[in-house]
Amino acid sequence: MIDINESVMQFLLAFLVAGPLLGAVAALLPAPPGLKGKSPEQAVLRHGVTVTGAILVAAVVLALGFDHDQPSTMQATTDISWIPALDVRIHLGTDGISLPLLVLTALLTFLCALHSYFKPPAGPSPKAFVALLLVLESGTLATFAVLDLILFFLAFEMVLIPMYFLIARWGGEGRAEAAWRFILYTLLGSVVMLLGLLLIGITAGTFDMVALATDNGRSLTTSVQVIAVLAIGVGLAVKTPMWPLHSWLPDAHTAAPTVGSVLLAGVLLKMGTYGFVRILLPAAPDGFRTFAPYLAAFAVVGIIYGSLACLALARRGAKGDLKRLIAYSSVGHMGFVLLGIATMTPTGVNGALFANIAHGLITGLLFFLVGALKDRTGSTDLDTLAEQTGAALYGKAPRLGGLLAFGAVASLGLPGLAGFWGEMLALFGAFDPADGLSRPAFLTFMAIGAFGTLLTAAYLLIVVRRVCMGAAPQDAPKLTDVRPYEFAAWTPLVVLTVVAGLWPKALLGLTDPAVQQLLSGGTR
Amino acid sequence: MSSLVQSVDWLAIAPPTIAAVVGLVVLVADLFVAEARKPLLGWLSVAGLAAATLMLLPLLDADRSTFCLVGDTGVCSYTADRFTLVIQFLVLGGALLSALLSVTTLKDDGKRLPEGEYWFLFLSSAAGAALLPASRDLATLVVALEVASLPAFALVGLRHGDRKSSEAALKFFLSSVTATAVSLMGISFVYAATGTLHLTLVAERIQDVDGQLHTLAQTGVVLTLVGFAFKTAAVPFHFWVPDTYVGAPLPIAAYLSVIGKAVGFSGLILVTVVALPSYADVWGPALAALAALTMTVGNVGALRQQATRAYSAVRLLAWSSVGQAGYLLVPIAAAAYSDDAEKSIGSTLAYALMYGAVNLGAFAVAALVGRAHRLNRVADYRGLYASSPLTALLLGFFLLCLAGLPPGIIGLFAKVTVFAAAVDAGLGWLAVVMAVNVVIALVYYLQWTALLFRAPEGEPVRHRLPAPLTAAIALTGVLGIALSGAPQLVLRFTDTGLF
Repeated sequence: MIDINESVMQFLLAFLVAGPLLGAVAALLPAPPGLKGKSPEQAVLRHGVTVTGAILVAAVVLALGFDHDQPSTMQATTDISWIPALDVRIHLGTDGISLPLLVLTALLTFLCALHSYFKPPAGPSPKAFVALLLVLESGTLATFAVLDLILFFLAFEMVLIPMYFLIARWGGEGRAEAAWRFILYTLLGSVVMLLGLLLIGITAGTFDMVALATDNGRSLTTSVQVIAVLAIGVGLAVKTPMWPLHSWLPDAHTAAPTVGSVLLAGVLLKMGTYGFVRILLPAAPDGFRTFAPYLAAFAVVGIIYGSLACLALARRGAKGDLKRLIAYSSVGHMGFVLLGIATMTPTGVNGALFANIAHGLITGLLFFLVGALKDRTGSTDLDTLAEQTGAALYGKAPRLGGLLAFGAVASLGLPGLAGFWGEMLALFGAFDPADGLSRPAFLTFMAIGAFGTLLTAAYLLIVVRRVCMGAAPQDAPKLTDVRPYEFAAWTPLVVLTVVAGLWPKALLGLTDPAVQQLLSGGTR
Repeated sequence: MSSLVQSVDWLAIAPPTIAAVVGLVVLVADLFVAEARKPLLGWLSVAGLAAATLMLLPLLDADRSTFCLVGDTGVCSYTADRFTLVIQFLVLGGALLSALLSVTTLKDDGKRLPEGEYWFLFLSSAAGAALLPASRDLATLVVALEVASLPAFALVGLRHGDRKSSEAALKFFLSSVTATAVSLMGISFVYAATGTLHLTLVAERIQDVDGQLHTLAQTGVVLTLVGFAFKTAAVPFHFWVPDTYVGAPLPIAAYLSVIGKAVGFSGLILVTVVALPSYADVWGPALAALAALTMTVGNVGALRQQATRAYSAVRLLAWSSVGQAGYLLVPIAAAAYSDDAEKSIGSTLAYALMYGAVNLGAFAVAALVGRAHRLNRVADYRGLYASSPLTALLLGFFLLCLAGLPPGIIGLFAKVTVFAAAVDAGLGWLAVVMAVNVVIALVYYLQWTALLFRAPEGEPVRHRLPAPLTAAIALTGVLGIALSGAPQLVLRFTDTGLF
């Protein structure tokens, strides 16, 4: 959109990765004079807002400077040799697939930092909290920015330790176990993934994702591709999470602090699906074709399973936890993303990438809202909240209730909001899957997935009815309505949800050429 | 007429020689130095080890050989090539760090550890360990191995009036001499079959051994390997490790965990890759199985340690070092299957250098905590961050390096090279076993790390930092962090010629 010098673009992308790390180190040091603030706690939380704000600005400038006419070429690329012995290069770059994810990550982390500034997390010193948040941001941004398999793995692992500590130290009930489960599941997955990445890298003779995508699996035999896809796929599927490897997610979400949940759902889960699109689809297409029907089958099972679990939680008397419910709904939504990827068609993959972003925005918003609800009522238990008739949030705190209803309908995929396009395109892709994939099977998956959208609508509407509606007793204490800082943190998410819903071309225009290129082997 | 006297390249043999000479000087000086001045002996030894390490620098330019056969200059008993220098650096550097730990331990222990004997034994063992990677014939190899390990038995049992210490020494001694006897037997068989002790000649001649001697040669190979497997504490020769580590003074445990391992695996590499490449189909599968067993037993043993048991921190490090020995064996096993054996061996070297730095760092912190908490339980580390934040951060970093998880980037990459060696050699099953082990190991490393940052129970104990301990912790910390930023420093051994 605007013309920015290439070396400035390179710097911006490198800054996105390295900036938060430097910020994390700075957060641990004592504040310099003049920036001490009212108290050390306040100073370090403000530091977090400043750094993530700078990163967000850099990401936005990067997006503006991105050549939107050629979203399929890698831009702002840096390529320096780091470890010649392993042939590992610091290869950074962004295209239409990763750019939206970079901006989403920068945005959500900034909003989280802003939220924590006004509402410091309950737990030990905020110093470590800010440092961990920044390391987390760096790892996530690096995952989307690097173009080297080993660096991808490094970035993938880098988020584990900060997330572990965020859950284990600032979380709620059952946090220690949830944090363990989170880290063990993802680690077991990622070690297997490492083996797959090494197999691809060693057999093909390069770890460079661009070179592998251009090669399009030609230098890998089908059997190598099958093994590699299985190994890497397991690692990514744990992270995504794909049914039946999802069982770490509900616990982690329930125990995590608000900020942790937002980032976990908003960006961490996307690392898994991004890996599918960026690595497996272009580098090992034959292997992926072998597993695509199974992936799609697991995906639709996930959709139905997630929805049914949510329905069960939303029932009266089920003692359902709202955070847990949203976590299960994530399993369903990520099912649509996986279904889209499994079709191996431009339509499906575009839908998957769209659904990725939409899920980040909407679920991020929902976790913020539920966190706010917990602050006010002290509980996220649906039965405690709703009592006999319903929590009557519309009456007690109309704006909060309205936003919750907005988040719920966006999540169920109401046309005109962001949630709609991704799921529709994913289903549409399944209607006509790529050559070599069984059409009847995918038609069945499509039908089941479509049924899943109905179930999704059902449980979300039940949640709205039980939390937002109901008879408010006259003497009931009014809840504090949306505070200004909450308003500031949530507005961008609401606005982007509407914009993406009404003007999907803004996103699809970016992803489509890049997806076309990846699927055709980078030689279009 | 050519002289029958071998010429000696003194520069090439300087590193082990300096260590040995300083050891003798310390032993003699001990007789004349007044009681109050005894700590000087420690500093003299540290200086000697530092000098020996520095003497590696002039050797970097080219490979040197000495003690060569007079008639045949290509066949030598002592070679300072790249492989030798790397291991010597690991051994001498590791000994230097352990010596720094010892200075404090000797001071704290009062008169229970005799200083002169301690330093003499310590330096002798280091000299033997430094000699071992350079030896290129089986006799020198065994002599070096024994020089490295005999003083170590004495060091383990040196603490006066400590039953546990003597018991550990006896366990260590008995199992070790058995292994040595077995490998001597094996070497004699190999000698009988080939008529030479020089490794390169053995490699040539063992390929066309007389048919009748074939069984003899094979038995010899297996028996020789068994002896060296013991030194790396490979399963099933690992049972002495936890008791020995707990009974020994802590710096000696640290020393054994790194230098003991280096001795074992460098001997193993020389015997397998240099002397017996033609028997790769025998030792390849054996080492692969050994590696898988060793890492599994070690990691499961470490996992089963209870945090509240006495000495559990040292026990955990001991078991984890058994597990790490398993990872070190993987590339050696892979060398049997791959076309480029040196590349695989390079992975072992890179891994060993990483392991040496961070494991000694972890032991240094354990020595520090052990000063305030005699029992050195893992539970004693709870809330370390509150009392000494920097030490806690470093220990966390060391443990994550051992686990192979960012921010311990060097640990991660060292594991990646080991995985790569296994995958490259087609040992997929071993890579998968190792993957499972990495996750098991992660549980206990991470549990320990998490404990450092928990809220302390009761009043936090302030740890006073003596200068030598600070130096050791700082040195290992700087090494670990520098390597994490530039892993190429150690990983380059995976793609350069070694021998």
